[in-house]
Amino acid sequence: MKVLVPVKRVVDYNVKVRVKSDGSGVDIANVKMSMNPFDEIAIEEGVRLREKGVATEVIAVSCGVVQCQETLRTAMAIGADRAILVETTEELQPLAVAKLLKALVDKEQPGLVILGKQAIDDDCNQTGQMLAALANLPQATFASKIEVADGFANVTREVDGGLETLRVKLPAVVTADLRLNEPRYVTLPNIMKAKKKQMDVLKPADLGVDIKSHLKTLKVSEPPKRGAGIKVPDVATLVAKLKNEAKVI
Amino acid sequence: MSDASKALVIAEHDNAGIRPATFNVVTAASQLGGSVDVLVAGSASGGAATAAAAISGVAKVIHADGDLFAHGLAENVAAQVLSLAPGYSHILFAATASGKNIAPRVAAKLDVGQISDIIKIDSPDTFERPIYAGSAIATVQSLDAIKVITVRTTGFDPAPASGGSAAIESLTPVANAGMSTFVGSEIARNDRPELTFAKIIVSGGRALGSSEKFNELLTPLADKLGAALGASRAAVDAGYAPNDWQVGQTGKIVAPQLYIAIGISGAIQHLAGMKDSKVIVAINKDAEAPIFSVADFGLEQDLFTAVPELVAAL
Repeated sequence: MKVLVPVKRVVDYNVKVRVKSDGSGVDIANVKMSMNPFDEIAIEEGVRLREKGVATEVIAVSCGVVQCQETLRTAMAIGADRAILVETTEELQPLAVAKLLKALVDKEQPGLVILGKQAIDDDCNQTGQMLAALANLPQATFASKIEVADGFANVTREVDGGLETLRVKLPAVVTADLRLNEPRYVTLPNIMKAKKKQMDVLKPADLGVDIKSHLKTLKVSEPPKRGAGIKVPDVATLVAKLKNEAKVI
Repeated sequence: MSDASKALVIAEHDNAGIRPATFNVVTAASQLGGSVDVLVAGSASGGAATAAAAISGVAKVIHADGDLFAHGLAENVAAQVLSLAPGYSHILFAATASGKNIAPRVAAKLDVGQISDIIKIDSPDTFERPIYAGSAIATVQSLDAIKVITVRTTGFDPAPASGGSAAIESLTPVANAGMSTFVGSEIARNDRPELTFAKIIVSGGRALGSSEKFNELLTPLADKLGAALGASRAAVDAGYAPNDWQVGQTGKIVAPQLYIAIGISGAIQHLAGMKDSKVIVAINKDAEAPIFSVADFGLEQDLFTAVPELVAAL
C-alpha cells in the first residue's frame, strides 16, 4: 500500500509575522520557512506505517513555489521514499490544492492519504476534507491514532469533549492532529540520503487542473491590540479588583 | 445588507437538544440580512428539531432523521446538506470539531471555496477571519454563488434560544454513504461547564509541574468559581491535562468573561485562543512572561502559594 502525504511550506511557527503597512498581506520576505508542523506529524505517521510493514512506499507531495523542494527534502529526510512537487508561483487556495492532490491520487492510487489537519499560516483546516470529497473517499479528520488492518483503518479522532473512533474503508483520507505522534529528529546521514531520493516536478497544467482562486483577499490588517493591564501586589487586591472593578466574580 | 440572502445553518445537537454553538451561528446568519433556515440531521432527534424551531430568528427548520446521522458522520451529513444546497446562498457551520469536519466536504462538492472561522461579516460576500494564529485579520471576498462558511462562535453573540416559532419540515434522509462506521467514543462526563461556552475558565500551564498538582491546585479553584478547566499546549503535551482541554490556535478558541491563566507563559499560539476574553488574569512568577502583556490583572507570585490563597479568599 502506498501512502501519500501532502506537505506545505509555511512561515516557521516561531516567527512573529508582521502585517505589511499597505495592508496587502503579511511580510514573509526573509523570514524562516519550515514544514507545516501538522504535516511533519503526517509524514512521521506514514514512515511509521512503512516501518511496521503496513505501507510499502511513502510519497511526499507539495504544491507551490520552487522552494517547496526544501520542504520535500525534509520529508524525505524523515523517511519519505520519494517526492512530487507541483510547481507554481500562483496563489493556491485549499480547493485548488485539493484538486491537484485528487489528480495525484488518481495517478498514484494510494491506500491512504495522510495530511496535517490545518496549516498554521492560513489556518483553514479544509484541504484533507476537500480531497476526500473530490476523490469520493471516506475521511477521518483530527486523528490521534491510526491502526490499519484488512483493508480498513480504525482512526481515533479528537472531537469536542473527548475522543471517538471511526472505521473507514481504504483508500481513505486521514488528517493528523497534534498528538498522533512525535516526529523524529532529522539526522545528518538521513539529510544526505534524502538528497539522492527521487523528486518529480510537475505543473498544474500537466495534471489538467484549474487552480483559480475562489476567495479574494481584499485586505490584511493588524488585529485589535489588547493593552496590558495592571500588576496587583497580592491575592487580596486581585479578588477585590475582580469583585468590585471588573465585576466578573 | 442584501435581502436576497438565504442562509442555511447546520445545527449542532445531541438529538435531544441544540448545542450552544448553533445559537452563535444563527446570529451570524441573521446578519446576512435574509432568511435563516436550520438543518437538524440526527437520529431520534425530534427534541433537537423542536429546540431549533424555538431559536429566535429562525424561519424554518428542516428535519432529516435516520440512523445514518446517529454519529454525525461527515460523509452522510455532507450528502444531506448537498441535497439542500441549491436553494441557498449561504451555508453556515460552527467552527467546532464537527463543523470543521463536514463543511469542507460540502464546499468541495459544490466546487466553491470555503471561508473558515469568520469573526465578522462586512457584507453578504465579504468576511473577516484571523490568519497566522490571529496575528493578522484577513478581509476576504467570496467569488462563488454559494458561500460555505464556518463561524468562530466567539465572534458572534448567541441568538436567544426561545421566542421563535419556526415551522418544522420533515425531509427524507439521503442514503447512507456507507464509507465509514462509528466504533466508539470516550467523552469525559463531568458537571463542569463546557470549555467553549464557560463564563469563567481556569487554565493551567507547564509550571504546575505534574498532573497531580494540576488537579490538586486548579480543581478547587474551578469548583469555587463554577469554572471550566483549560490548559496550555505545554501542559497537555506534558500529560497534565486531556487533549481536549487545550486552548489555542489549534485547540479551543474561547472568550469567557474571566480567564485565569495559571503558570502559563503565553506563547502566541496560546494567546490566539483566549485573547478575546473579557477579563484576563495571569498568575506567574516570571515577571517577563508574555501573558502579562495581555492580562488585565497580573499577579507576579509563585502559583503554589497564590492559588490556595485565592481559593481561600473566594
